[in-house]
Amino acid sequence: MSALAVEALSRHYGEREALSGVSLELEEGRTLVVFGPNGAGKTTLLRVLAGLLRPHSGEVRVLGHDLPSEAWAVRGRVGLLAHEPLLYRELTARENLRFHARLHGVAPERVAEVLEQVAMNNRSDEPLRTLSRGMVQRVAVARAVLHDPELLLLDEPHANLDPAAVELVAPLIGPGSGRTRVICSHDPAGGLKDADLVLGLRAGHPALLAAAANVASEQIVELYR
Amino acid sequence: MTKAQVGTRQTVAALLRKELLVELRTLESVPGMSLFAVTTFVVFHFALNKGSVEGDLGAGILWVTLLFAAILGVNRLFVADADQGGFDAFLLAPVERSAMLTAKLITLLAYLIVLELIAVPAFSILLLGPPLGGALPDLLAPLALADIGVAVIGTLVAALAVHTRARDLLGPLLALPLFVPIVIGAARSTAPLLAFSHRSAPAGHWLLTLGLYDLVFGLIAYALFDFLLED
Repeated sequence: MSALAVEALSRHYGEREALSGVSLELEEGRTLVVFGPNGAGKTTLLRVLAGLLRPHSGEVRVLGHDLPSEAWAVRGRVGLLAHEPLLYRELTARENLRFHARLHGVAPERVAEVLEQVAMNNRSDEPLRTLSRGMVQRVAVARAVLHDPELLLLDEPHANLDPAAVELVAPLIGPGSGRTRVICSHDPAGGLKDADLVLGLRAGHPALLAAAANVASEQIVELYR
Repeated sequence: MTKAQVGTRQTVAALLRKELLVELRTLESVPGMSLFAVTTFVVFHFALNKGSVEGDLGAGILWVTLLFAAILGVNRLFVADADQGGFDAFLLAPVERSAMLTAKLITLLAYLIVLELIAVPAFSILLLGPPLGGALPDLLAPLALADIGVAVIGTLVAALAVHTRARDLLGPLLALPLFVPIVIGAARSTAPLLAFSHRSAPAGHWLLTLGLYDLVFGLIAYALFDFLLED
């Protein structure tokens, strides 16, 4: 069954076209990696798939439901790891995660569990503003998977993470997580290794859509030229 | 499979707890509002060149000051949510969106109550001629009705303005005209309580006007708020 089905998706901001004519289909448990230079429309695509932005034309079906008309049915089933951590700087990691747990109806014990998984239990009672960017990113990963989402939308998920932290979060957001994933990446080698399907965007238009096995690193690099 | 929606009461409680924690850590809203009100009364004390005020003038000074102080809280109401991704996190959760309206409204109402606990005694000490003590119980009704109106309109306007680049300007520009009927109703109903002689209870029709205004904007806020959160 398709976890994602997108047909002729377009989205613009005022006069500027952020996405145009994007079509793709992704099966459950598979990984789509989206490449493209800054401003290519990757983040816009993630926000449309998360139900945070309305498509201006085309059809978007996420986890079997049409967006935006059935967005209510998708809420709570998507985990978004965006550029912003979606966490309050003045609250501690634990307070932030407890807040999200309440919003998602998740048992409080799960907070301690995910904090342990991202190795943040020792610093979990310090305000987020006092933590390093890498630590905040680890808490953001914990927030994104706290409610055990079926679909993960990851915008450069390894940003600010050191190699040890990348390994640490791999069971949660990596291929072994068993979730359907959409990842925005600028790393051709790492991204291709993770991907089942590759989408290349240039100025909002799809420049490449192919199974990862049929894509060479050079084709990705070409998107940035 | 669709996730079960989290109950509205539980969502409101979670949001309120978060609001309280953020305000206690940052002290961005209530201290600023209170300080503004007290400072304004001090300025009036010297600028009016009068020993004390009463009646219409007293009520006008009290309510204009309270409303301008409230604007400070209105402007900060959604800033942390907009700047730190709180809106997105909320929209991704399986919750009723009106829960945020309720939580923000209660938050602003709580800010106004704390503001008045400080500002009304300060007004009495710095400016008011007749002692406020005996009039205090009657003052509760106009205070409560005006606070509800300010909280409803303030929440609506703050949600509208926070997504714009000129939010610090747009918030007051939108809120102040909508606050005018509240100032009129609150000042007219409070004036008889602040008179030296012939002190009387607040006029019922002004309280009724305030109540109706609250109700109308409560319904408007409930109908519009979901759209303000959406893209």
